[in-house]
Amino acid sequence: MLQITGVSRRFGEVTALSEVSLEIRPGEFFALLGPSGCGKTTLLRILAGFESPDSGAVTLDGADLLSLPAHRRPINLMFQSYALFPHMTVAKNVAYGLERERLPRAEIRERVEEVLAKVGLAAMAGRRPQQLSGGQRQRVALARAIVKRPRLLLLDEPLSALDKKVRAEMQLELKRLQHEVGITFVVVTHDQEEAMSLADRIAVFSAGRVEQVDEPVALYERPRTPFVAGFVGASNLFEGAAHDGGLDGGELGVLPGTGDLPEGTPALLSVRPERIRLEDFGVPDGEPSEEPAAETPEEPAEESPEKPVESAESPEPAEESPKEPTAESAESAEPVEDAVPEESAESAEKSLEEPAAESPEKSPEEPVESAEPAEDADPEESAESPEEPAESAEDTDPEEPAEGRGVLRGKVADVSFYGGVSHISVVVPGRPAPVLVATQGATRVRTGSAVALHWAADDGVLVPQ
Amino acid sequence: MTSSTVSGATAGSRSHRSRVIGRLAFLGPGLAYLIVFLLIPLGMVLSYTLFRRGRFGGVVYEATGENFTRLLDPLYLDVVIGSLKLAGLATLIALLVGYPTAYLIAQLPRKWKTIALVAIVLPFWTNFLVRIYAWIVLLSGPGLVNSALVKLGLVDKPLELLYNEGTIVTGLVYSYLPLMVLPLYAAIEKLDPQLREASANLGARPARTFMSVTLPLTLPGIVTGCLFVFVPSFGNFVIPELLGGGRSIMVGNLIRDQFLNARDWPFGATLSLALLAVLIVLLLLQAWSSRRA
Repeated sequence: MLQITGVSRRFGEVTALSEVSLEIRPGEFFALLGPSGCGKTTLLRILAGFESPDSGAVTLDGADLLSLPAHRRPINLMFQSYALFPHMTVAKNVAYGLERERLPRAEIRERVEEVLAKVGLAAMAGRRPQQLSGGQRQRVALARAIVKRPRLLLLDEPLSALDKKVRAEMQLELKRLQHEVGITFVVVTHDQEEAMSLADRIAVFSAGRVEQVDEPVALYERPRTPFVAGFVGASNLFEGAAHDGGLDGGELGVLPGTGDLPEGTPALLSVRPERIRLEDFGVPDGEPSEEPAAETPEEPAEESPEKPVESAESPEPAEESPKEPTAESAESAEPVEDAVPEESAESAEKSLEEPAAESPEKSPEEPVESAEPAEDADPEESAESPEEPAESAEDTDPEEPAEGRGVLRGKVADVSFYGGVSHISVVVPGRPAPVLVATQGATRVRTGSAVALHWAADDGVLVPQ
Repeated sequence: MTSSTVSGATAGSRSHRSRVIGRLAFLGPGLAYLIVFLLIPLGMVLSYTLFRRGRFGGVVYEATGENFTRLLDPLYLDVVIGSLKLAGLATLIALLVGYPTAYLIAQLPRKWKTIALVAIVLPFWTNFLVRIYAWIVLLSGPGLVNSALVKLGLVDKPLELLYNEGTIVTGLVYSYLPLMVLPLYAAIEKLDPQLREASANLGARPARTFMSVTLPLTLPGIVTGCLFVFVPSFGNFVIPELLGGGRSIMVGNLIRDQFLNARDWPFGATLSLALLAVLIVLLLLQAWSSRRA
């Protein structure tokens, strides 16, 4: 219904929009997403009639839009600052647009009441905007825009000024309203959360160009340009060339991924943090040779640990500061025993013994954790490989070679937990930026741990560079 | 010495006293100046309104109310009303000229705004009297304007441009226009341009936007600007004197004449009081309107 064709706009030396073409469908909730200064606001202002493009065409239902002055366009805009008239009451603000249509007074009153009820502000009709909270002001702005029943409603950063709680509410409300009134919504935002949560389709802008237009999920899972891969959601990007369905990452070797790029094309491989599985070898303890056995098929160590396992991993109860215990456990066989207070050492041993017994049976099915204790119990084994996994690796290696193979090896630089998700950054030799890994729930991976990272080919997306 | 031995109990009151002294030190000079040179003379002038005139000026301290009854004499009332009219007209013209000017300046790019504002204030840097005399040179019989008109053949003989009420209004507008433009500029500049966009977006033509949004929201600036022009215009006596031909057409001249020519100080004081009363009412109106906005 809204057709934007080859629209360009320059401000002096700056190109705000460059040959932008988009089609927005009737009844759609569409988002223009991009960092500030990417041209999305310019496009919005062109649609509203506050700016004119240097070239290009915009049609609404087939009729030329650009020749209409702003006040004659069937398009309403909800301003980011709301732009409520401070000298008018809420009701007057909402009625303003209808008065311009010279509707009968009774009808105006009726429609104002109706729309205020719809946004839950019927009781506030007589107030001035200054007497309202941010969320209420926004509802007034929304009511004022939709009361005109426009063909198209533009929303400029509709949620950005609201605090988190009100945001979530308003988000639902916007969707509900859009459903109810059946108006096509176009929202402009730099906030991907806002765009992803609201829109049916999103156009990602960068430097005045449309990078990709897609549904939120597609945008996230199949970014088609490096910019989109980097901008939408957190992502690990690896540079290299397409190779045999994956990416030849040079120093990093061949990384699994999918994408139909010709062999050798320069490409980026995008891997989402939550798609990476992490294999924990614990903290190497002075002994640099973590390598050897590393192939333990650890499930992400973060997974909710079972009790016996926990105690096994770190000889001492969880209260202990994270680093020490792991260090101990690593060493446990050799020097640790001395270092650790007897009690804890004992308890460690005890706890180790139990799981150790189980471990052989469990190891195939269960997470690595069970394997680890086994090592701890046996001094010799741990001696072989600096860490617990070494041993289990030996055991399990033959059984699950493919799964256990880490694509990348590195060291945990930082672990943080928020939003119910653990965020782990792993420094991988040969890559300047750390690799980000996200896992549900609290993790047991410690800073300094040696880890292996792997992911399925489906989880890596090749993006042409 | 003594201060170092002050006990803790008196320390509080001492610090309070020192705070008061500190404030007085800052306020003192200004306060003293205002009291000596404004309040006391004002009080004296106001007190004259209650007494009889002395024979050769001055005051005879005999209470009387006749100064106030004389104020209602049509002879003087007409002058007051005439002054109101002239000052009002000058204010209106200044508003009509000043608003578009201020609006335009507010839309300029930042650099040009500064230049335009300096240009607006520039006339204040030259002497007021010189500028008024310049008008006489311009408008007199053989002046620039008339000679140009005659040479262009638009008129046969020089026009009477000087010494009428129109000349006075011209002089008032000319002198006080900057005082109109500056507060208007401040008000318009402060106005969120998105409000105008919102109005257009809701279907209002530019004229409607101006009437419903821009004008009401810049009203405090309008009131302030009008006051800034009206107040000095209403009591002015230099401009009517020089451009109006020396007759007592405005209150300012009348007051001046009462003190200097007629030697009737009490009545001059009464006229001053009347002038002051009108201006105070206007100031209150302005305060009220700006608080409401």
